[in-house]
Amino acid sequence: MGWSLIRVWTLLVYLFMFLPIAVVVLLAFNANQFGSFPMTGLSLRWFDELFQNEAILRALRTSLTLGALTALISTTLGVLASLALVRYDIPFRNTISTILIAPILVPEVVLAVALLLFLQFLGIHKSFTLLLFGHVIFTLPFVILVVQARLVGIRRDVEEAAMSLGASPIQTFFTITLPLLTPAVAAGGLFAFTISFDDITDTLFWKPGGVETVPTQIFAMLRNSISPEINALGTLMILITAGLPLIGLAISRKLAMRRDRAG
Amino acid sequence: MSAVTLSNISKQFGSFTAVEPMSLDIPEGQFVTLLGPSGCGKTTTLRMIAGLLDPTGGEITIKGRRVNDLPIHKRNLGIVFQNYALFPHKTIADNVGFGLRYRNVSKEDAARRVREALELVQLPHVADRYPSALSGGQQQRIALARAIVIEPDVLLLDEPLSALDANLREDMRVELKKIQHRIGVTSIFVTHDQAEALAMSDQIVVMSDGRVEQVGPPEEVYNAPASEFVANFLGASNILPGQCTGRQNGTVVMDTPLFGTVPVPAEKAPNVPGAGAAKLVLRAEKLQLVPKGQADPDQISAEAVVETVDYQGQAVRYFVCSGDTQLQAINMIDTRPFAEGDSVSIQFRPRDCAALPGA
Ligand SMILES: Nc1ncnc2c1ncn2[C@@H]1O[C@H](COP(=O)(O)OP(=O)(O)OP(=O)(O)O)[C@@H](O)[C@H]1O
Ligand SMILES: [Mg+2]
Repeated sequence: MGWSLIRVWTLLVYLFMFLPIAVVVLLAFNANQFGSFPMTGLSLRWFDELFQNEAILRALRTSLTLGALTALISTTLGVLASLALVRYDIPFRNTISTILIAPILVPEVVLAVALLLFLQFLGIHKSFTLLLFGHVIFTLPFVILVVQARLVGIRRDVEEAAMSLGASPIQTFFTITLPLLTPAVAAGGLFAFTISFDDITDTLFWKPGGVETVPTQIFAMLRNSISPEINALGTLMILITAGLPLIGLAISRKLAMRRDRAG
Repeated sequence: MSAVTLSNISKQFGSFTAVEPMSLDIPEGQFVTLLGPSGCGKTTTLRMIAGLLDPTGGEITIKGRRVNDLPIHKRNLGIVFQNYALFPHKTIADNVGFGLRYRNVSKEDAARRVREALELVQLPHVADRYPSALSGGQQQRIALARAIVIEPDVLLLDEPLSALDANLREDMRVELKKIQHRIGVTSIFVTHDQAEALAMSDQIVVMSDGRVEQVGPPEEVYNAPASEFVANFLGASNILPGQCTGRQNGTVVMDTPLFGTVPVPAEKAPNVPGAGAAKLVLRAEKLQLVPKGQADPDQISAEAVVETVDYQGQAVRYFVCSGDTQLQAINMIDTRPFAEGDSVSIQFRPRDCAALPGA
């Protein structure tokens, strides 16, 4: 009796969480003018219109560029920071680690306002570069957490063995450490990309005039009307943010399987 | 020529001294073991030779070249680690061939040398596998192949057998020694297992608390220990207080309260002064229990009572009491062992004893 109640409750919670998303996806394929039920037929016209809409396409390009650059810079910095924190005996290790992780703990709005005020104090104008800089700051902790966890698991003596065999420290990093870190680096990069791609709070504060990302574009469109195009755009975003990690997972599974089969 | 020379090398971690200044000369082709209890500085010493730790003081030369300032990847060493340290993302062939990539070796030559190394460790059929598909013993053989394929000037091994189970450990011990002998590479082996050290080494360096206690071939370290520590670390010994009363016919004459006069061979008492306080070292395996009154008149004997019997299969370890002195004896047995409370005679030959200076 108790268990079936829990089951029903769980189901309800899931419905509550996913029903709105399902509705958005469903309505994206609605042939009707208005983005609401009842559906009058299936069609791809909203997607079609989406790809005719210059503003949206520009926002999509901005988001993809921003996400990709954020991922690239965050993983590079994240790997270097993790190496320094885990492998080298640097002073104030714990303090530095806390500071790097802190952006996760600070409420987004606070972080957004803080950086904005700081930039104003310095007299720097908002620009795409600064937006990118901001995204790197709040995605970096995720990368560091993932990479650090993996790096701790890579035994030091494996690297020492490589060096004893004649590989310089840099050669050792590229032939041994980095390949062993790859799953974590990929995961960190995907994290950074999706977090950046999804973000609206920080972006609203930091984006220079005239630049829109997909979330801020949707936000702007909502102010006028609820166009079915937004459903289509939402569906596209879900596809990208949920699809990328899934693809990544599938690729890493496949790689791991190939290694096992050869073994 | 010496393969490796350590001159007064030492290591401090902050104010803690892990290795006190030590000097050692290792001839080409020798198998030298650093033996000592946990924490005595064996790994620290080995890592200084490898270039993984900077010595606080002293000088290290390999093949006549000072290497203090040479980073590890330029020292041409083979290292075998306790936990194998194979590269998990590379095949066995790539693991073994790794070091050859950093040397001027053609592709065909490299492939041939990898094959030969795998044959040497008797695993020619695993070249295409990944390390995770090998057993611990196999992984350690691959680690050995990887270290020797580069023809290192010195092979360093830090407790390479201690992650293996007991039976495999003994097989690997024999095989490792055989391979080392075949290729003649100078080897420095770290262990805390006295049986391993005795079985494999040309020279044993016994260490304790960062100090070298004794350096010598296995028989010498075993039979003529230079300190009480060495006497007890390699097997069990009875250390009996006494007096040295003089030298006579190549023996050092010891006077002990329990056994009276014992003439110890002079070569087993090198540091005992002509007269004064000294200690008699009597190995537990050399002290024999016989039924009371049946002691061999040619041996030195005393009366005793059996206190504890520790049956170990083909051998028994007895603790016996003679007067108020407790002694330990390890005897091979082929009949029923003595029982607790039995009155016995204990006996030994003076030539099996050693003596140490001091009270
Ligand atoms: N990086 C370090 N910092 C401080 N102390 C250290 C460091 N490395 C080793 N020590 C200390 O130096 C001493 C010698 O250590 P070492 O690892 O050489 O011992 P070992 O003889 O190899 O012991 P084991 O048989 O347990 O491996 C130990 O007391 C150890 O705690
Ligand atoms: Mg050690």
